[in-house]
Amino acid sequence: MSDENSRECQHSEGFLVLSRRSALLAGASVVPTAPFVRSAKAQDAVSPLALPVSAEHSLTVRTNINGGAFEINLDARTSLLDMLREHLGLAGSKKGCDHGQCGACTVHVDGRRVASCLTLAAKVEGREVTTIEGLSDGDRLHPMQQAFIDHDALQCGYCTPGQIMAAVACVHEGNATSSERIREYMSGNICRCGAYVGIVAAIQDAAERMERG
Amino acid sequence: MQPIRYIRPSTVREAIAAHASLGDGARYIAGGTTLYDLMKLNIERPTGLVDVTFIEGLETIDTSGDTLRFGANARMADVATDPIVQSQYPVLSEALSKAASQQLRNMATVGANLLQRTRCMYFRNGYGGASGGAADYPCNKRIPGSGCAAIGGLDRGQAVLGVSDACTAVSPGDWPVALVAMDARIEVAGPGGERMLPISELYPLPGETPHIEFTLEPSEIIVGIVIGKNAAGARSTYHKIRDRESFAFALASAAVALEMSGDRVNAARIALGGVATRPWRADAAEAMLIGSDLTDDLAMAAGRAAFADAVPGRSNGFKVELGARTVADAIMIAAARRPL
Repeated sequence: MSDENSRECQHSEGFLVLSRRSALLAGASVVPTAPFVRSAKAQDAVSPLALPVSAEHSLTVRTNINGGAFEINLDARTSLLDMLREHLGLAGSKKGCDHGQCGACTVHVDGRRVASCLTLAAKVEGREVTTIEGLSDGDRLHPMQQAFIDHDALQCGYCTPGQIMAAVACVHEGNATSSERIREYMSGNICRCGAYVGIVAAIQDAAERMERG
Repeated sequence: MQPIRYIRPSTVREAIAAHASLGDGARYIAGGTTLYDLMKLNIERPTGLVDVTFIEGLETIDTSGDTLRFGANARMADVATDPIVQSQYPVLSEALSKAASQQLRNMATVGANLLQRTRCMYFRNGYGGASGGAADYPCNKRIPGSGCAAIGGLDRGQAVLGVSDACTAVSPGDWPVALVAMDARIEVAGPGGERMLPISELYPLPGETPHIEFTLEPSEIIVGIVIGKNAAGARSTYHKIRDRESFAFALASAAVALEMSGDRVNAARIALGGVATRPWRADAAEAMLIGSDLTDDLAMAAGRAAFADAVPGRSNGFKVELGARTVADAIMIAAARRPL
């Protein structure tokens, strides 16, 4: 999963490396020639999609995503999740329910976990956003990502990016102190495959590694 | 969802002016966890949003004087974990901690949470929203005079207290219930200046006008919540019973705060959630406790007194017994806590 995400968002010597997903996105775009899938770690100005609304119903959002500064022209209705997925090609954050009930869209804003589907993109003006794509240190996985692999903390994987972003925040908040507390503070992240036992074990494991390192 | 104008004022005064200038379609937005959700369902259809979360200084938590004051923009997660609130007013901390998920508590503010709208499924299934247009149920909250599909319908989640022939929708919040028990006052600012509103006066009964859910005037905005410090706060709890253990709305809940000397109850504050059309103060239950020595039987009797006027529908009669037992449990939980 993380391999695919890094591949599809990668610039290589000036070439845009296309993945299955970015090819699909390009096919659906009203501006099919625009190289709108860009690295979210680069300094970029992005205005990828023609907006379906007039100027008074749009706005420009200046924000920092995974360490890179962005200036993005958006329909004012756009959610943070849709901005990430549809405008920036950062498709790691998943759209599950789109109503804040499942947690698959969890990202960090100024270090705090939020449901990006219920966050207006306009609200991240001047904020720092971290997505699953920004969690690893290059090819070196974040301890939480590694722990999810080590503990088989997933089956289909759709909820996993949200689980991992919520789990990292759970540890930082100091709420990963017992399995009961982890379950309570991870209750905003639903796993339809029912991988909860592995998820709790992964968080306990990663919490120790994060506190050590 | 229709196109919207989005305005980001930096002062309360600017926000009120912006709201007034946008006209009938204007709505204030804070965390957006209710409003944006309902916009996606086409239940809320604003033409302009005034984002109040960029207003400076509106997120302050001040517990230093004779009152607790929470700026409207304080996040639910931050008030829930404030050390004074946690240690001296567990009813407040628990009401916030048991509401929503940590993601939503990081987004939602304690001021705007007071204006959360009902989760009645017939209210939410409208305008081709969640039903995809297959079933646009009548709802007197959405369209005054259209009728109520919940009455005689699938009413397991509906209210048993404060209901009318026009509406049985439950007031969904936890935080407002705790604030009603604590006699909180709301600081409101509007085009005509500022005023203080007892929280109980924020919520009208549905009666024949269930579409009027709050008593705020046009363009008025909640800027703060004030609670007089009181001894009952330390001996308090928010007890919430749900279909699942976490991250769900209440089937029944009780906010209870007591002042006691020995076993004797000197003062009692009891409010109910999940069972009523507004955050519900249970005066009869309070009266039953005050002046008596607390026993399990007395707590149960108080719980039953709280539901003496209940009017259940077809499938929500269980809330009468569940609610009474929730109150009784909450009383005993609160009583077992010792003031600092």
